Amino acid sequence: MPFIPHTEQDVKEMLSTIGVNNVDALFDEIPDSLRHVSLSDIPSGISEMELGRLMRERAAKDSGLLCFIGAGAYEHHIPAAVWDVATRGEFYTAYTPYQAEASQGSLQVIYEFQTMMANLMAMEVSNASLYDGASALAEAILMAVRLSGKKNKHHILMPRSVHPHYRETVKAIVSQQKIKLIDVPYQPDTGKIDLDALKKLLSADVAAFVIPQPNFFGVLEDVDTLSDWASENELLSIAVVNPMAMALLKPPGEWGAQGVDIACGEGQPLGIPLASGGPYYGILCAKKAHARQMPGRIVGRTVDMEGKPGYVLTMQAREQHIRRGKATSNICTNQGLMVTASTIYMSLLGPHGLRQTAAMSHARTREVKKELTAIAGVEAVFSGAFFHEVVLRVSQPVETMLHELAKHRIQAGYSLKKYYPELGESFLICATETKSADDIKLLADSLRDVLEGRKLACLA
Amino acid sequence: MSNIPPKLQYTKTHEWIRKDQEFLTIGITDHAQTMLGDLVYVELPEIETSLDSGQECAVVESVKAAADIYCPVPGEVVEINDAVIENPQLINQDPYGKGWLIRVRPHEQAPSELLNADEYSRVVASEAH
Repeated sequence: MPFIPHTEQDVKEMLSTIGVNNVDALFDEIPDSLRHVSLSDIPSGISEMELGRLMRERAAKDSGLLCFIGAGAYEHHIPAAVWDVATRGEFYTAYTPYQAEASQGSLQVIYEFQTMMANLMAMEVSNASLYDGASALAEAILMAVRLSGKKNKHHILMPRSVHPHYRETVKAIVSQQKIKLIDVPYQPDTGKIDLDALKKLLSADVAAFVIPQPNFFGVLEDVDTLSDWASENELLSIAVVNPMAMALLKPPGEWGAQGVDIACGEGQPLGIPLASGGPYYGILCAKKAHARQMPGRIVGRTVDMEGKPGYVLTMQAREQHIRRGKATSNICTNQGLMVTASTIYMSLLGPHGLRQTAAMSHARTREVKKELTAIAGVEAVFSGAFFHEVVLRVSQPVETMLHELAKHRIQAGYSLKKYYPELGESFLICATETKSADDIKLLADSLRDVLEGRKLACLA
Repeated sequence: MSNIPPKLQYTKTHEWIRKDQEFLTIGITDHAQTMLGDLVYVELPEIETSLDSGQECAVVESVKAAADIYCPVPGEVVEINDAVIENPQLINQDPYGKGWLIRVRPHEQAPSELLNADEYSRVVASEAH
């Protein structure tokens, strides 16, 4: 398709037709303070050839790194078939298609995805996905507030052990709706939610309680106790989980006596590569009774006039193309391509394969913890049980240490100084099934070198 | 032509109102349920909710649309029809009977801007054009 820009003459004619003097006048209603943002940091354009070279150079900087950073994005092995199938022309779309029912294949994939996700989470309903884990948590919170809407409750108990980026995203989205997030502290020794402190934060304004599993520190929470506490106090419970961990741990639909009301999380671990932060996709599941307050698309299965099975977008009346300003949410699409890849990934691995991947990731992380804490000047911060991430503290400035290791092409973890200064020189480290015993030995040896090297330098 | 019982009062937004002693019973008209199609979901207010005139008090949802129900008079909700929450099709089957939605204790006399059956028939007829 050719690109034909408007000539100056075209622009002039169009402006005079609608009676406007210049193009800028079309944007008058946008406040000046937003319009006149300097773009001086953005360089001028370059040619396709130059751009190709720049991107190759940048990609080379990232490749070949030994990565032990998790912190919300996890490196897992993705079978080659996943993206080979997902990128077929028939599937290659970012969204639920417009004129959705004409694309039965796409709808069927989404339906299978919802079924798998509902099974993995042990929840009754899943939607067709949201943008990412952080915005899925924000949507779960908005949903909870709507569900308790008639009682006008608008406080949310939000543990500090929920991913700090998620908390920032949630705050950005829900603070405009007069929803207040109340920090719940963690126990400094175990890394788990502080139950005594939690109980003191309860008030008549609280609508819901967010329960991470595992939490940001990789630590496993006492989900049954927490979920029961929420229902005993008539709070809605929201699980925010790593779906890979759910292959091994009790899924949110089975927590406590009643299971959680809403479960959400980041879908990236299931077949989506690490790629400069995205695109990823958000998971959102709920009890059936709450389905009408779910944001986003939901695909259902039905039969056509001849009795043959077919797939349709269902419960659309709550969506904005029908309900306009009174829609349940302004989410009207999903992460189609990511969901397609994830569905293929889960199909190829099956429940057994997922469990093996999760179990091996846990085993590798145990090795990492054992090897690294054997080094003088390295200690584990928390005593709580963990999935595939642990917090370690070093006797030296942590960011310098991480930087030194990066020079050796090892990304040893995620510094916690910015979000958790109270933890001192600590970092979060993750190992998945992709890390071999040799990788872990190389990490341990290099860390020892760096720490001892600095000691020698200090003595000198 | 839809069924418009002469003894009820109506609104332009297709609610019907019936005086039952000191209470007003409110539902949606036969015309409204025909236009919406098969109803699948109903959301009703909680009892003791205080409503202003013209305030949204309920939502009815069909497979193709969702519509707000407006309270035609200021008042307090004294009773809701739990049966339609369980079975929204009652509204399609019997809009003036088993398909009623809420019962309200009005704060004042029913306002005069309510329509009688003839006036409402004209509203329905004009919408057909």
